[in-house]
Amino acid sequence: MKVVIGQGSCGIATGAKKTEAEFRKQLANHDVDAQLDFTGCVGTCYLEPIVDVYEDNGKDFTRYIMVQPEKVEKIVEEHLKGGKPVKEYAISDEDKQFISKQKRVVLRNCGLINPENIDEYLAVGGYEATKKVVTTMSQEEVIEEIKASGLRGRGGAGFPTWFKWNAAKSNPGTEKYIVCNADEGDPGAFMDRSVLEGDPHAVIEGMIIGGYAMGASEGIIYCRAEYPLAIKRLELAMEQARERGYLGDDIFGSGFHFDMRIKAGAGAFVCGEETALIASLEGERGMPRLKPPFPAQKGYWQKPTNINNVETFANVPWIIVNGGKAFGSMGTEKSNGTKVFALAGKIKKGGLVEVPMGLPLKDVIFGIGGGIKKDKKFKAVQMGGPSGGCIPDKLIDTPVTYEDINKTGAIVGSGGMIVMDEDTCMVDMARYFLDFTRKESCGKCNYCRVGTKRMLEILERITQGKGRDGDIELLEELAVKIKDGSMCGLGQTAPNPVLTTLKYFRNEYEDHIYNHKCTAGSCKALIHFIIRDNCTGCTACARKCPVGAISGELKGQHVIDQEKCIKCGKCEETCRFDAIYRE
Amino acid sequence: MSKNCCCGNSKKDQFPELAPTMEKYANTPGSLITILQKAQEIYGYLSIDVINYISDCTGIKPAKIYGVATFYAQFRLQPIGKNLIMLCQGTACHVNGSEMIEESVCEHLEIHDGETTPDGIFTLNNVACLGCCSLAPVMMVRSSEGDETYGNLTKDKVKKILDEIRARG
Repeated sequence: MKVVIGQGSCGIATGAKKTEAEFRKQLANHDVDAQLDFTGCVGTCYLEPIVDVYEDNGKDFTRYIMVQPEKVEKIVEEHLKGGKPVKEYAISDEDKQFISKQKRVVLRNCGLINPENIDEYLAVGGYEATKKVVTTMSQEEVIEEIKASGLRGRGGAGFPTWFKWNAAKSNPGTEKYIVCNADEGDPGAFMDRSVLEGDPHAVIEGMIIGGYAMGASEGIIYCRAEYPLAIKRLELAMEQARERGYLGDDIFGSGFHFDMRIKAGAGAFVCGEETALIASLEGERGMPRLKPPFPAQKGYWQKPTNINNVETFANVPWIIVNGGKAFGSMGTEKSNGTKVFALAGKIKKGGLVEVPMGLPLKDVIFGIGGGIKKDKKFKAVQMGGPSGGCIPDKLIDTPVTYEDINKTGAIVGSGGMIVMDEDTCMVDMARYFLDFTRKESCGKCNYCRVGTKRMLEILERITQGKGRDGDIELLEELAVKIKDGSMCGLGQTAPNPVLTTLKYFRNEYEDHIYNHKCTAGSCKALIHFIIRDNCTGCTACARKCPVGAISGELKGQHVIDQEKCIKCGKCEETCRFDAIYRE
Repeated sequence: MSKNCCCGNSKKDQFPELAPTMEKYANTPGSLITILQKAQEIYGYLSIDVINYISDCTGIKPAKIYGVATFYAQFRLQPIGKNLIMLCQGTACHVNGSEMIEESVCEHLEIHDGETTPDGIFTLNNVACLGCCSLAPVMMVRSSEGDETYGNLTKDKVKKILDEIRARG
């Protein structure tokens, strides 16, 4: 028997290492001979730590969820030793649907194989695509196959992948580069991290194939320094691939030479932009430059360079093995294949979700994600991070395709999906994203550098209850000017969070400015804590209040002195009788 | 642009830990960020002396190195405490109340974002996203023992965690 523990970043954060240590101890204590192994991100982050116990046939397994160390002994004793699965710790049928309702192409191996063991990747057909490409296909045939698949860039812009490869191939020169953008900068997205941690060889293989198609002999992965585990596993995977001859000279005896390396990014959102990323690779400040020349013409060290996202590359081996048509048959006419989303925020079941393009948002959020935490009311879903926008509940039937999401004013982006409930203030969300883009603006263009700052100031005063008549119009005017006056995608999309919230939630802005009210009860300056008459007079809140703003007799009605109250919310947290509310 | 590595230069003794890195990268164009990352890994931050040393070795002007170092969020020009608290301010964490957690940390340690406690035990840094969004709100604490991630934080939980770390010394 084999015990496999999920050890992506989420799993480790919830204590998977402690669970592993406990398994080691209990297996020895009970004298059970079982192999202890690990895998990458399983995707059901809300159930971590996850442990799979495989039967001797290596196929059937029981999945245990939330396996804290105290559950381990029982699993070892009853299942591994006694042969009877511990039903009460196992995943429920309902939770199983989180994965069974998905269509996993990119995540095909995530959570199933050991990402640090190349043999496990080979056992599921790894490097067959590479072999097929370098030994039997021409560069044109590879590009044709990708064209037939309809694969579009998964990093955000949705540009056809074959077109980029073809452009880089068509440009003269013997020295070319293929770059993987693994600088997942969108705050609230973790798809790329999970793929890199869970199936690094798939990304490497995608890059070898892309390199072959465009005639590059060197690949570079530009990975966030904040993802130490992803970098470690990639380095290990590259080493193993080199040992087996999948990287280096004469791959599969084809005469094709390709090798790659990792470059750790240093934390700059703007480096998601191609020319900025290249500047950063060259050791400079990551500032974008005008295009053309495009990177396919003059990129890294002025040589033809192609940049794709992690998820795009992870799709490639699957397409080569199963054919472009099979990939193209999933999704819609213009948005083919599947897309991975990082489902988070006020959602019951957060995690990684891969679905065919064209599925309605509702099916993702409610069908797979299980709806809103504490059964509150769904308000909006934020897609595309700081470049995207908020899609309101009335548009929840929108299919997830590049075209349909763009129509709402948001973008598919890299795949972050942050769900918001009735307690989320949309003006505050806009402020949050503007604060982010203002900090991340590289400063090259005036409108982006100064304009985002001015927009942020306006949003700050609105959320502080100091909004003025005309602020909304001023925001709209600035938004258009920043879009027009910025050179790169960061500035051109920075106003989107404001524009979409103004489009769908204008009344919230107006409430803040004219009625001094935050309906979501989130903007501190605009809320009051009030004690209802079901107060039992237990005095707990009065004792917790840091400024002594609550008064009342024991067993009598308490009141909050609004003059003294600093709105820290401690009283609301403390009250066990739900007698305190915010207005 | 680049001149020979400073091996043999008297300054070598000043930063012996960095010498192997310089030998490997000083003459490779485009390696400045990698060098700065190594230097920070070794010394915890980039002091003016380290920047000057890198300048001597690579031939890149200190002003330019300073420009690169201040452009990226990762680099620090001030020393940090024993434990670096990286408090996630990603979207998922924001929606789930990371600002409240920040308030709680600031109040408890009596420092603000970017500052270090007088006893040198904690430095607080707000970061954009740690990528553990389903455990929001999240923080990562980096110390000599490695990185430890804490998820599903509450105001009280975070204080308890900080007290435990402080007790460890």
